Amino acid sequence: MDITIDIRDKSFKKERGVVHVLDHVYFHIDDGEFITVIGPSGCGKSTLLKIVAGLDTDYDGSVYIGRQKVQKPSVEQGFVFQEHRLFPWLTVEENIAADLSLNNAEIRKKVDELIDIVRLGGFEKAYPKELSGGMSQRVAIARALLRKPSVLLLDEPFGALDAFTRSHLQEVLLQVWAETKTTMILVTHDLDESVYLGNRVAVMDTHPGRIRHLIPIDLPFPRRKTHPSFQKLRQKVLREFETISEPPTTL
Amino acid sequence: MPSDIRTSRQNVRNTSNHKKVKKILSGMIVPIIIAVIWQCIGTLELVTQIVLPTPWDIVLAAKNLLASGLLLTHLKVSFIRAAVGFIIGGGLGLFFGTLVGLSTRSEHLLDPSLQMIRTVPHLAVTPLFILWFGLGDTSKVLLIALGAFFPLYVNTFLGIRRVDAKLFDVARILEFSKWKRMKLLILPAALPNILLGVRLSLGAAWLSLVVAELMGSTEGVGYMIMDARQFSNTDIVFVGIIIFALVGKLTDSLVRLMEHHFLKWQDTYRGGA
Ligand SMILES: Nc1ncnc2c1ncn2[C@@H]1O[C@H](COP(=O)(O)OP(=O)(O)OP(=O)(O)O)[C@@H](O)[C@H]1O
Ligand SMILES: [Mg+2]
Repeated sequence: MDITIDIRDKSFKKERGVVHVLDHVYFHIDDGEFITVIGPSGCGKSTLLKIVAGLDTDYDGSVYIGRQKVQKPSVEQGFVFQEHRLFPWLTVEENIAADLSLNNAEIRKKVDELIDIVRLGGFEKAYPKELSGGMSQRVAIARALLRKPSVLLLDEPFGALDAFTRSHLQEVLLQVWAETKTTMILVTHDLDESVYLGNRVAVMDTHPGRIRHLIPIDLPFPRRKTHPSFQKLRQKVLREFETISEPPTTL
Repeated sequence: MPSDIRTSRQNVRNTSNHKKVKKILSGMIVPIIIAVIWQCIGTLELVTQIVLPTPWDIVLAAKNLLASGLLLTHLKVSFIRAAVGFIIGGGLGLFFGTLVGLSTRSEHLLDPSLQMIRTVPHLAVTPLFILWFGLGDTSKVLLIALGAFFPLYVNTFLGIRRVDAKLFDVARILEFSKWKRMKLLILPAALPNILLGVRLSLGAAWLSLVVAELMGSTEGVGYMIMDARQFSNTDIVFVGIIIFALVGKLTDSLVRLMEHHFLKWQDTYRGGA
């Protein structure tokens, strides 16, 4: 589904006055497009995703997914949170299935497939306390994928992962994207990741948060991080980024 | 590799069994020392029988009571009273705790009144209950129910209010039905508190039972104690006290076992290490 974001103002009222977090964030995302969002910490990336997900409706403006105005969360807007947010009392497979029954043969099969894809075989019956941060995040990703959302929102999903797992999951995500043509918005603080995955990179500014640049990445998939044209685009995103006050955490 | 995991799991289980035995043994050291000293005091006749019968006397008294079937009859009566009272009071506590926990409207409506009643030491209403319901089982069961109500009420309420709001967001994203939200999110999250409430409620029920039976009754362990006191059968008084302690400890262990089983997902410090 295509997404039309038109947020005129999003503020948080605090004891010491009002904080403007998002200001005139307007852009249109095509159906099946992969958008990566990059910006300094605290610029409102998570807030933006929560608004698109329908988790936060207290703002001035509107978000449309297809022709439907987003008014509440739904399984159509899959979400992978910055922290994994698993249910500590459910095992890995139960967390992925959640409200769906594992006794249902079809669900069972899909869950097993997803466990395979995120490489968690052998941990089906483990509780979240027995998992590393990266493993937990992989469970959270599988949980979102099971529901085949038409829009998938990912808030720094690979932030806690080692380079190896991260690049594996990037491939997984690209594969899912190629197969399902799900519209993706992925927030990241990794410049390489933003260029590697996105059709367009949205560079956000801070105080107040707004989209400073939308940089198209016209590279065919599969991309190679070492390729000169990749490096050239990476340099371009980096230059745009450096015009913003704070540099990103990893360069 | 799988067999590796299995044997290492087994090892873990063996050592944990070993630890369990050790734990139980270390728990028994102090009672045994006390019993030995106590027996010595008795055999040396430092104190008279009526004040302090020796552990051996108590064992004999218990044996006689068991043989005559008296002990079991009294215990059964007490147990049923406590169980019925606990189920009524605890059940209501769980129900109202959930209700008030889930909706702020019912909180505003009910909680102030309930908190007010809670501040009254419930043993102080015993005379009132006796006036209203007489000395029969009704007043006893109600007194026990009153004692069992509040720990479960307060802890269920607290448990529900402490559910992580971030997980509520997940439940919204996954579009949980009301029932699934209850089953997969609220109840499990509140369970540690609810089980704590069950433990405290059982304790309160037991305490109320003793008070109720000592106030006046014609059967039950409390009656057995009062009856023995009149005839200065101190050994039987001790048997009664020990029975109260044993059953109390037993039910407590049962809840702990439940905690162990239902809360194995919990990742909290368990002491030692
Ligand atoms: N619930 C809230 N109440 C008040 N202020 C909030 C709330 N959530 C976010 N904020 C504020 O909004 C701003 C943006 O927060 P947000 O979490 O969207 O940042 P972010 O870009 O995701 O940062 P990071 O990269 O560190 O995750 C911050 O200044 C934060 O203090
Ligand atoms: Mg964030």
